[in-house]
Amino acid sequence: MPAAPTAALLGADTLIQASYFVTAVLFIVGLKRMSSPVTARSGILWAGVGMLVATLVTFAYPGMSNYPLIGAAIVLGAALAWWSGKRVAMTNMPQMIALYNGMGGGAAAAIAAVELYRGGIAGYGEATLAVIGGLIGAVSFSGSAIAFGKLQGLIKRSFRFRGQQVLNILILAAVLACAALLAGHFNVSPHVVTALFVLALILGIGMTLPIGGADMPVVISLYNALTGLAVGLDGFVMHNAAMIVAGTVVGAAGTLLTQLMAKAMNRSLGNVLFSGFGDTAAGPAGTVTGSLKPIEASDVGVMLAFAQKVIIVPGYGMAVAQAQHKIWELCQLLIDRGVTVRFAIHPVAGRMPGHMNVLLAEAGVPYDLISDLDEINAEFETADAALIIGANDVVNPVARTDKSSPIYGMPILNADRAKNVIVIKRGTGAGFSGIENALFYLDNTRMLYGDAQKAGAELIQAVKAIG
Amino acid sequence: MTGIVALYIFMLAAFTGYEVIARVPVILHTPLMSGSNFVHGIVLVGAMVALGNAHTPLEKTIGFIGVLLAAGNAMGGYVVTERMLEMFKSSRTGGPRRGAH
Repeated sequence: MPAAPTAALLGADTLIQASYFVTAVLFIVGLKRMSSPVTARSGILWAGVGMLVATLVTFAYPGMSNYPLIGAAIVLGAALAWWSGKRVAMTNMPQMIALYNGMGGGAAAAIAAVELYRGGIAGYGEATLAVIGGLIGAVSFSGSAIAFGKLQGLIKRSFRFRGQQVLNILILAAVLACAALLAGHFNVSPHVVTALFVLALILGIGMTLPIGGADMPVVISLYNALTGLAVGLDGFVMHNAAMIVAGTVVGAAGTLLTQLMAKAMNRSLGNVLFSGFGDTAAGPAGTVTGSLKPIEASDVGVMLAFAQKVIIVPGYGMAVAQAQHKIWELCQLLIDRGVTVRFAIHPVAGRMPGHMNVLLAEAGVPYDLISDLDEINAEFETADAALIIGANDVVNPVARTDKSSPIYGMPILNADRAKNVIVIKRGTGAGFSGIENALFYLDNTRMLYGDAQKAGAELIQAVKAIG
Repeated sequence: MTGIVALYIFMLAAFTGYEVIARVPVILHTPLMSGSNFVHGIVLVGAMVALGNAHTPLEKTIGFIGVLLAAGNAMGGYVVTERMLEMFKSSRTGGPRRGAH
């Protein structure tokens, strides 16, 4: 940014740089605090103050114009996001994260686009960074939009066709060709810039459409990391230290988080992105034998009320039905009767790691009742009943036994080893991965059909009726 | 900023990001993803500068969209993260309501 070297401007510049430094420190401290449950809540405040400081001082940036436009865009964007963020139900958080993340990626792409269209980038190094940052941002933007559409239920199915990977690779090659033209200053015409961004947007769509909904958490986390990286690269182009530090920190942290999530599903990242999870959804027919055995809520109520130990396995069905409050009410009744109640959380239950913990916390479930997979798995054998609430793939025993199953090898909750298994489920359909669940057909399994909230209310009545 | 200094900043920031996340419990994965989503909302300052230096209608249009999206990223990321973490607070201070176990 060439600024006239007058004393006033230098003063403003020093103030801005110092503020950006403070912002970078606040972000890192904030993220550090967010990584522990005790300090997490203050962490977001620290980071928020950092963002506010950086935004305010940027208005004093030397040599800027278009202030009314800038102000209008900020007010409009922030107001829409504030309104939607406050309104959205806790169960829809994952797709909102995808949406806001996509917006960040789009912004990173827009910055690179403005700089490239203006042709103001000197030097191969910065041109390369701008091009890469822009295309990563664009991929993150359209990819996140597809992820949002899938989780929101706007896109119902995964689109796959023969040669899809080949097509994606061809698009990628075309994107890289445009990128090379621009970065090497071979052809910096606006048409090449346009082609770069249009192709990158298509690539993001093409990459994300074939990925099954069960893998979306990993994909959202990956796009989060990519947006961070794009912001960091843009930071180099804009000579903006706050963007470099914040973007790179998020890029690295997001990459690690993505790996942790993929690991929880016992799959590699490449496997998530390129395997087309659920392709074999129809599965090897005939591996599931037996029948689905329905049960009435009153019978389940008796079974739970006179049990020694009940383990609850919540899944996405509980989230969709907003049933967490009813379920906790039921559990409190059982606890009062002397039943030991535990919640078993699979690392990828719901649509994101920790999704169930957030919902149960919302309902007021104390977290000493909540156990993760490693802690609880041995306890299923001693449980009188496992109550599965809208969970499916995470309790499917074929993950242990059937090598041909797409979820083979994924660690599961051993709910099938409980004396009785009660499955609360809306219908007879398969899980999000499209795989038939062998658990539902076991001799000790009974199906309680219905919306999880309604079923929870019925169970509360049933337990109360016992007196 | 010379290239080599920029490279050092990049390297140190990457390690910082890795270390900050390295030992985080599973229950905080979603809030933390949301929190880091908010942090890359800093793209707002870059978008402001880009729009501030835009001249042609095309540049102004793209710049405007950029600032709009970036502001949405920052504000949305904050609101959502804050709402999530608020619940952790209530579950902690509320504690076991009726005698657990």
